[in-house]
Amino acid sequence: MNATTFLVQCLNAVQYGLLLFLVASGLTLIFGAMNIINLAHGSFYMVGAYMAYALAPFVGDYLGGGFFTTLLVGLLLSIALGYVLEWGFFSFLYEREHLQQVLMTYGLILIFEELRSIIVGDDVHGVAAPAWLAGTIPLGSLMTYPVYRLFISAVCLLVALGMYLVLSRTRLGMAIRAGSVNREMAQSLGVNIDFLYRLVFAAGVALAVLAGMIAAPISSVYPGMGGQVLIICFVVVVIGGIGSVRGAFIAALLVGFVDTFGKVFFQEAAGVLVYLMMAAILLWKPEGLFRQG
Amino acid sequence: MKVPLPARQAVAAVIVVALLAAFPLIGGKYEIDLIARILVLAIFALSLELLVGQTGLVSFGHAAFFGLGAYTTALLLQDPDPRSFWLILAASMLVAGAYALPVAALSLRTRGVYFIMVTLAFAQLVYYVFHDTKIAKGSDGIYLTGVPEFSLAGWVPFNVTRSLPFYYVALGALCLVYALLVALGRSRFGRALAGIRVNEQRMRAAGFATYPYKIAAFVVAAMLAGLAGFLKATKDGYVNPEMLAWHESGAVLLMIILGGLGKWRGAVLGAFAFVLLQEFFKNDAVFGEFAKRWQLLLGFTIIACVLFLPHGLIGLPARLRQREHRHG
Repeated sequence: MNATTFLVQCLNAVQYGLLLFLVASGLTLIFGAMNIINLAHGSFYMVGAYMAYALAPFVGDYLGGGFFTTLLVGLLLSIALGYVLEWGFFSFLYEREHLQQVLMTYGLILIFEELRSIIVGDDVHGVAAPAWLAGTIPLGSLMTYPVYRLFISAVCLLVALGMYLVLSRTRLGMAIRAGSVNREMAQSLGVNIDFLYRLVFAAGVALAVLAGMIAAPISSVYPGMGGQVLIICFVVVVIGGIGSVRGAFIAALLVGFVDTFGKVFFQEAAGVLVYLMMAAILLWKPEGLFRQG
Repeated sequence: MKVPLPARQAVAAVIVVALLAAFPLIGGKYEIDLIARILVLAIFALSLELLVGQTGLVSFGHAAFFGLGAYTTALLLQDPDPRSFWLILAASMLVAGAYALPVAALSLRTRGVYFIMVTLAFAQLVYYVFHDTKIAKGSDGIYLTGVPEFSLAGWVPFNVTRSLPFYYVALGALCLVYALLVALGRSRFGRALAGIRVNEQRMRAAGFATYPYKIAAFVVAAMLAGLAGFLKATKDGYVNPEMLAWHESGAVLLMIILGGLGKWRGAVLGAFAFVLLQEFFKNDAVFGEFAKRWQLLLGFTIIACVLFLPHGLIGLPARLRQREHRHG
């Protein structure tokens, strides 16, 4: 492997890891703040990818088109979806055991998959990247690298930075952290915890939808894409320590590198490596790398 | 006169088994195959109930052992010569148990959600081994070329892969496993597992080394899942990696919760309810065009069941009585 190939693989690993972080951060945030195991989180990613495909014609007709307009419409819709779902479904889960949460959100996966099949069908679709991001940049003398992948990494990094600032530097972030440590105490100190949960949940859904939308041009859009990303995101969340956004960031990059380079060096065993790594890390640190207190 | 509870339960069990044994008299081939499939899944569900309901260990990777049993069966039946049913059965259970031993030893060091995820990780590991490598034809799955020969002291009464004989073999296996687990639950070992579920600290304080108990429970559960996998492969004549996928682990977890945790009959009831519900929603005589959308109804039903029946189907009579009490 020469230096350029190595660089390309590194960029791929970072891009994949950052995209995983985007989905997993929502999952870990919801778990940390509300103590809910949400198996349907992968469905939100799937919804996002299908939105990127299905919204584009509408946005083209009524809003003049454009990649960012589609992204914006999708994000607004997802926030609304998250808000309504929390109000109508997830708020009933807080008092339940984890096992029951697993069951109910599993039921939700089936519903989402079937609704998706009814609304947009079961075909595999491609989504075009916007023209100004569709090019490639040269790397070394022989290789090129698609601009769109760099764009994904940049978006994810920006979101990660934004999350870090909101969680650690704002009053809202403080309230979220307080609520995840002790719900009753935060409430008695004047935090509107119901609204806060609704907000966190909507944000988590929006993160997964954003990931799905920007991933659509490189991964294409297909049934069952939610389930695939769900399991790997759980791996990320668990390695990072449940509830820790920072941990999810590190873990997502780790998974990105192990998976990408695993595929380069041992094609057949690539799928196994990530899980082996997870087992090894959990044996070393049974509560993940950055367990929140 | 009120009949005491254990006697009533024994009578109920005998009636259920008799009804199941008589079912082929009225059912067609399709129905017999369907019930046989449920009987196999019921064994699988019972094996998980030992972990989840009795010991309080939520494993999200139980399909690994089911699949390992099935793959062992398939790989042992790759030439047309008949091989002994009993030999393959033992091999399937041993392979599942052999993989379960290190998995249990490692994953039982974690707890709670982490345990759920580590068991999932070890199951995904097996999934990818069979999915990505050519050990057993990869993602295409593998056909059984030979037939397991069901012999009793040299006498071969029937071909076990045919519908009717298989039905009775599966029913017999289910009865045996059920009886074994009931006996296990009442033994010192079973009591210790229940103690671990309720309060592990106290069990340790009482002088029980809980770690070996949990490992033993995990391995026994895995071996029984391997038995179910063996039966499944024998019946279908075909095995593919989807048997090892996390969906399968999720489905069997769903069965035991749907049926009701903590009671053996809950697992059996859950297997029946889950598969029959699926079949019902897929039935286009009832739902017409909408039958294609069976997942939608199944999803809503699962959510409704958890909302209104938190203790599963076996909690239903108590809940109805409660309601009558309130209104009456």
